[in-house]
Amino acid sequence: MSELAHHTDNLGRGHGDSHGHGHGHGHDAHEAHGSFKGYMTGFVLSVILTAVPFWLVMESPLASPQLTAFLVVAFAAVQIVVHMIFFLHMNASSEEGWNFMAFVFTLIVVVITIAGTLWVMYHMNTNMMPQMDTMEQNEIGQQP
Amino acid sequence: MSTTVIDTRDGEVQFHLAEEPHHSEGSSTMLGFWLYLMSDCLIFAILFATYGVVGANYAAGPSPKDLFDLELVAINTAMLLFSSITYGFAMLEMARNRKSATLLWLGITGLFGLAFLGIELYEFAHLIHEGATPQRSAFLSAFFTLVGTHGLHVTFGTIWLVTLMVQVSKHGLIPANRRRLFCLSMFWHFLDVIWIGVFTFVYLLGMLR
Amino acid sequence: MAITNPVPVSPIFGRLTLDAFPIHEPVILGAFVGTALIGAVVLFALFKYRLWGYLWTEWFTSVDHKKIGIMYMVLGLIMFLRGFADAIMMRVQQAIAFNGSEGYLNAHHYDQVFTAHGVIMIFFVAMPFVTGLMNYVVPLQIGARDVSFPFLNNFSFWMTTAGAVIIMISLFVGEFAQTGWLAFPPLSGLGASPYVGVDYYIWGLQVAGVGTTLSGINLIATIVKMRAPGMSLMKMPVFTWTSLCTNVLIVASFPVLTAVLVLLSLDRYVGTNFFTNDFGGNPMMYVNLIWIWGHPEVYILILPLFGVFSEVTSTFSNKRLFGYTSMVYATVVITILSYLVWLHHFFTMGSGASVNSFFGITTMIISIPTGAKIFNWLFTMYRGRIRFELPMMWTVAFMLTFVVGGMTGVLLAVPPADFVLHNSLFLVAHFHNVIIGGVLFGLFAAINYWWPKAFGFKLDVFWGKVSFWCWVVGFWAAFMPLYILGLMGVTRRMRVFDDPSIQIWFQIAALGAFLIACGIGAMLVQFAVSIWRREQLRDHTGDPWNGRTLEWATSSPPPAYNFAFTPVIHDNDAWSDMKKRGYQRPLEGYRSIHMPSSTGTGVILSGLSVALAFALIWYIWWLAALSFLGIIAVAIAHSFNYHRDFHIPAEEVVATENARTELLAAGVRA
Repeated sequence: MSELAHHTDNLGRGHGDSHGHGHGHGHDAHEAHGSFKGYMTGFVLSVILTAVPFWLVMESPLASPQLTAFLVVAFAAVQIVVHMIFFLHMNASSEEGWNFMAFVFTLIVVVITIAGTLWVMYHMNTNMMPQMDTMEQNEIGQQP
Repeated sequence: MSTTVIDTRDGEVQFHLAEEPHHSEGSSTMLGFWLYLMSDCLIFAILFATYGVVGANYAAGPSPKDLFDLELVAINTAMLLFSSITYGFAMLEMARNRKSATLLWLGITGLFGLAFLGIELYEFAHLIHEGATPQRSAFLSAFFTLVGTHGLHVTFGTIWLVTLMVQVSKHGLIPANRRRLFCLSMFWHFLDVIWIGVFTFVYLLGMLR
Repeated sequence: MAITNPVPVSPIFGRLTLDAFPIHEPVILGAFVGTALIGAVVLFALFKYRLWGYLWTEWFTSVDHKKIGIMYMVLGLIMFLRGFADAIMMRVQQAIAFNGSEGYLNAHHYDQVFTAHGVIMIFFVAMPFVTGLMNYVVPLQIGARDVSFPFLNNFSFWMTTAGAVIIMISLFVGEFAQTGWLAFPPLSGLGASPYVGVDYYIWGLQVAGVGTTLSGINLIATIVKMRAPGMSLMKMPVFTWTSLCTNVLIVASFPVLTAVLVLLSLDRYVGTNFFTNDFGGNPMMYVNLIWIWGHPEVYILILPLFGVFSEVTSTFSNKRLFGYTSMVYATVVITILSYLVWLHHFFTMGSGASVNSFFGITTMIISIPTGAKIFNWLFTMYRGRIRFELPMMWTVAFMLTFVVGGMTGVLLAVPPADFVLHNSLFLVAHFHNVIIGGVLFGLFAAINYWWPKAFGFKLDVFWGKVSFWCWVVGFWAAFMPLYILGLMGVTRRMRVFDDPSIQIWFQIAALGAFLIACGIGAMLVQFAVSIWRREQLRDHTGDPWNGRTLEWATSSPPPAYNFAFTPVIHDNDAWSDMKKRGYQRPLEGYRSIHMPSSTGTGVILSGLSVALAFALIWYIWWLAALSFLGIIAVAIAHSFNYHRDFHIPAEEVVATENARTELLAAGVRA
């Protein structure tokens, strides 16, 4: 931006005592750009973690769809972590930990939102759209 | 560090700084952009949740097994993954201060992005042609919206990429441009993470149903 | 008149025809003539006194957080008058529509009025007020020059304003939604609401929502990155803490609203089947999703005011806040718990006992940190030297009122009780009890508290007291009858009634509403009288209340750069600490100060957004495409501007600060 950006502003921080790199100064060469090795590791891991679930589903080597589904989701979870670390350079100390904190908070909210919605709507569907036979059973059951 | 600021210079408590501290315009950008990505994450969370709830409501229409072509999805996934690594290379070149190499890798990233969008549009056109329109069932509404929203993000990412390429070629790798490239990098990789969710929960698990 | 049949869409005007202008409805026509007259007078005055240039350069394009904060407050106040007009129309209608009388509002109009009232009061009154307050106060409290992203701040304000403009257009062009403030499908679907009302609702909220989300991101970044040296997290003023949590809630909940409204608009525009009754759609999914946003929204509104009450209580009790740490933890706990209670808004959906008891219990748990806060304020007052200035009066009124609202809330959290009271006037009374008693009373405390900071003179006490008593008495008179009616089983949003025995309660409620109207009038008089008598009410010290936090360390109104020197903080009542230790204001050594420049891009983008929304509402596709491309083009063009800052030269800082030195010296002599 202006040449002012070239000053280091350690004085300006009340809490800026725990950073190994500049706080977002664009010119700061220590900003987490990653390394060639890091990107390649991430890429190779991602290729594997993508190819295996596709293979599991397309070729169906496992008899049990439940197990396949479980593995597919597990691979996705691992791959998300891989992307976070090697591509998004996520660690507990970038931006003095605020990035990580924001991510954890978002993750909690996302889990609450998705899991809560599925739970709530599942229960509504079972309660409010009973099959005919169960309805009849209930009515019979309530006869004195 | 904070203690050194507060430290008394001549026995008195210091209540203000004699020099201007420079909160430069860029010092909050990374955090701010990250927060934006987190909010975007929630938009996708809602779309995933919606797909989770109504994704099996086929309304006597086609189901994932009738529609999805996993080979096409695999190619598409590869496009996005390649674009991620090429963007990484662009960032590495930027760190080495090599403008034209940065621009070259950015250009390649953009082409992969366009390839992804092309394949996705082909898939959509194909589905609609078969009668599997967004209006056909709640499953298809949720499918088109989730995948389409991701595609829209890639579209805007590509427009942004082109804008940034112009700006880099015009002004060079100045701090402001580096910051912007870094933001777009986060955006691009973030979209890749979302895509992992999409191909897993929509396509792969859809085929298992 | 609702146009129930699909109207032909012309390529030029979309579905906008002359019928869209409600000239045959006398009530709306009256409102239009009144608004047009006021508007004409204002416009005439602006031209006569050549104020356009001044407004444009000094206010509209300003990126100064203080000016943007004040503009938010003005927006909130204007929309508040509109929203209250809706309220009083409803109260009058319900008070007279007995014994076969239809009242004076037809169903089509009445349904728009109660929808508009809710939408406006939440999105365009409470939100701008709260955002404006945070915008004004937070950077001052943390010793910063401005927010992290000053341009974004200006843009956010104008997007919020654009949303308000879209809602206001609906009053005179077409209609507004008749669905209630959350527009539940299938009522809000294309089948039941084919005309433009729901579309106005959707696009008004979407445009404003962009502003709200961005301003949330901006304020989080500001609080995280821009604090003065020494201000660790646990040394932040409580208002800054509550603002931080509020903005976290904004950023983590408004995207949900955006997504839900996108799905609803897809149902309406594209014909998808998310919330329809056929093809696998599920209307209750909308209710579920929108309350995932809706409940955090409640805390977005109240948390900043909890901060205000904390500041006011400790200032006017001349004491440090009791239990600072517990106050912070209570705020954080409320922030997280607010994501775990959304289902209590629709216990009656039929999720069953396990789901309902989970959400009932989490709802009851959330009252614990809130109760802890009340005790903290009480203990702060205990053995304090309480000065019953206006902000403190509002705070005491809040505590008395809000506790009742909170307890009826806990009552509603019991699922079996909720099955009886759901959708009744009891619920209406409950949430007005907490929103008026909490949010509005807090805002009035805040306005009386920080007005001298913003303008350099105090507000008139006499008219403030008149307003206070009218408001408090009016509130109790207006809403206690609704509790009673709710317990008797009267449902909300009724236009006419059959049972004449309940009319008296509605008449009392209407009386209360008129008392509140007097309170609002007195408040406007208070502002006018204070501006008129500003020389007598002038405060030169910048610290009229013997304040405790950093905003009172600078002049009133603060200079553009807030502080000539960045303060260093040692205590969470930083200014109190500085005064106690004999801090001397530095008189020399001023440096030039780096500041962001003004820009008109925010206004342009917001204007284009209004055009885009209007085009989408009326199916004017060419205009929609054009304004959308315009938005993209302007945004890209803006990104090519790399010179967004300037320096206030040291001489200017010296001149400003010397003027203050003289004023302070004069004050001491006097």
